[in-house]
Amino acid sequence: MPSLELSHVRKAYGATPVLDDVSLAMEEREFIAFLGPSGSGKSTLLRIIAGLETLDEGEVRLDGERIDTLPPGERGVAMVFQHYALYPHMSVAENMAFGLRNMKVPKDEIQSRIAEAARILEIEAFLERKPVQLSGGQRQRVAIGRAIVKHPKIFLLDEPLSNLDAALRLRTRLELAQLRQRVEATFIMVTHDQAEAMTLADRIVVMNDRRIQQVGPPMEIYGRPANTFVARFVGSPAMTLAPAALVASEGPFATVRLGDGSEVETRILRDALPGGEGLQLGLRPESVAVAAAGSATTVAKVQLVERLGERSLVYAHLADGLQIVAEDEGLSRVKVGETVGLRIDGGAAHLFDAAGDGHHPEAAA
Amino acid sequence: MNGERDWRGLLFVGPFLFLYSVILVFPLFRGMWLSLHRVDLFGDGHFVGAGNYVRLAHDPIFSTSLMNTFKVTLMVVPVLTVLSLLLALALNNAGRGAALIRGIFFSSAVLSVTIVTLIWRFVLAPDAGLLGELWQAMGWEPLAFLSDPNLVLPSLAITTIWWSLGLPMLLFLAGLQQIPGDMYEAAALDNASRWGTFWRITVPALRRTIVLVIMLQTAAQLQIFGQAQLLTGGGPSGASRTAVLFLFETAFGRWELGYASAAAEILFLIILAVTLAQYFSTGRATGGQSGR
Repeated sequence: MPSLELSHVRKAYGATPVLDDVSLAMEEREFIAFLGPSGSGKSTLLRIIAGLETLDEGEVRLDGERIDTLPPGERGVAMVFQHYALYPHMSVAENMAFGLRNMKVPKDEIQSRIAEAARILEIEAFLERKPVQLSGGQRQRVAIGRAIVKHPKIFLLDEPLSNLDAALRLRTRLELAQLRQRVEATFIMVTHDQAEAMTLADRIVVMNDRRIQQVGPPMEIYGRPANTFVARFVGSPAMTLAPAALVASEGPFATVRLGDGSEVETRILRDALPGGEGLQLGLRPESVAVAAAGSATTVAKVQLVERLGERSLVYAHLADGLQIVAEDEGLSRVKVGETVGLRIDGGAAHLFDAAGDGHHPEAAA
Repeated sequence: MNGERDWRGLLFVGPFLFLYSVILVFPLFRGMWLSLHRVDLFGDGHFVGAGNYVRLAHDPIFSTSLMNTFKVTLMVVPVLTVLSLLLALALNNAGRGAALIRGIFFSSAVLSVTIVTLIWRFVLAPDAGLLGELWQAMGWEPLAFLSDPNLVLPSLAITTIWWSLGLPMLLFLAGLQQIPGDMYEAAALDNASRWGTFWRITVPALRRTIVLVIMLQTAAQLQIFGQAQLLTGGGPSGASRTAVLFLFETAFGRWELGYASAAAEILFLIILAVTLAQYFSTGRATGGQSGR
């Protein structure tokens, strides 16, 4: 039985819809990330689960019990807020005890739960301090501690890492992954950072435009994006989408011609594609390589080279003006303004039909 | 270079320093000097040392006026603080209706004391006033709010509360707006009751504002004057004579400027002591609580 179940959730603020028929089921102890741009409805969905927002239609069930009619404190969920929302006039220990006291947990049990959380999060040293005396990372731990002591069925994390600097963010990401191993609960995290979602989540829920675009494990989201939005939103730099037309070819797989006249043989079954216009070829940077004239399938004029160390990203224009991102070795000698050969790996390419739906190579299935 | 910069800086604060000295510092010391003299409007008078203070200590009218002032202050400040906090809590939402009602409640604060007392004369007058009519409608004997020695100070206090509600309400509203919304959301997830949220989240967050309101209002009510002067003139038989009214009568009725100045100095010291005591007794509790 699924742990948390959302069915046909709708929400509007006045005349502005923010969630449109959202349904989702989560397994027990699963780590789910809601990933999407600002305004996609992901935070609203989290707040509906928490009980901080009401829903207009639909149901939320936890372990089979309907919870969307319950007040936030009685749902068995705990939330870590983006800005932590620690009570400034209470000490760290009091912050953690507040919710337990309200739930009439016995005193010695409160003490032992705080001690346990403090040990897990390594905040024993600041239990008597006020939040104002803590650094950002320490406050973050206290906010997590306040959630842990409640022994919730679900942890709700609202952009938990967005207030931390880059170094601390990486460390906290690791710690969240470890925490998840030690705590028996379902985790739901809202984020707009795909790296967080990819590294922490068992499954990612990609949201855009009030709807769920795709639900799946990180590598499936990356490898088999359901539509052009997911394809462009997940992966950095974004997937190149090139207008393409089907051409006649031998065998079961589709071959397409790009705007500059070059042809790409894909590993996508031709019969699976809907007929007609409006196809787009999807190319991740790693499936476009800078190549010598002999092995190149097309040529492009280099606009920008980003040297990342272990590899370089080459931003270039094809003959028809389309911008494409290619990958080259770390010590790339490609210069801006040069014309270079590109080898497109058709076997890793994706196709998107006129409706935007994705079609993926058979081998990756 | 350094010296040049110094006197240029002085030019910026100069106008303020000049006005501050002329309007505040000079009268302060002039008042102290006057309080040591027996002086009227016609001439410099003569030095009497602590004579005025000794006389004050034995003046029953002065001590009664001080007691009246304390009583009114004690009646006004707690009620005013609680009432304005409740009003702010009730009106702390973004609705258009709340904005209108906020405006209405604040409007009394912009009225001059003359108009306030005029309004309350109509309310409190026993024969034709609003409360008188009400009492009669209930079949009760109308109360002489302004001529009964036991009722005159409460009447003064009610008038003052009505008049002074606006500013503390505004301060509390400003304080409430400073409390981040996610604090209340966290409290909701922590299963806090409305009462618990109020006592454990709202009140601690408003602590500084509460202290500020109490200090400002105490200092203001210890100087209560206009209402007493215009509603009752201090009567009946001195039952509503406040300290500043005593000052006024002494200085501008009997022209005893030195004696009045001595009374003013004593009142000044009392206000200073009370304010400092409030500041230090609550300062420790509110220190180090900024930020989140």
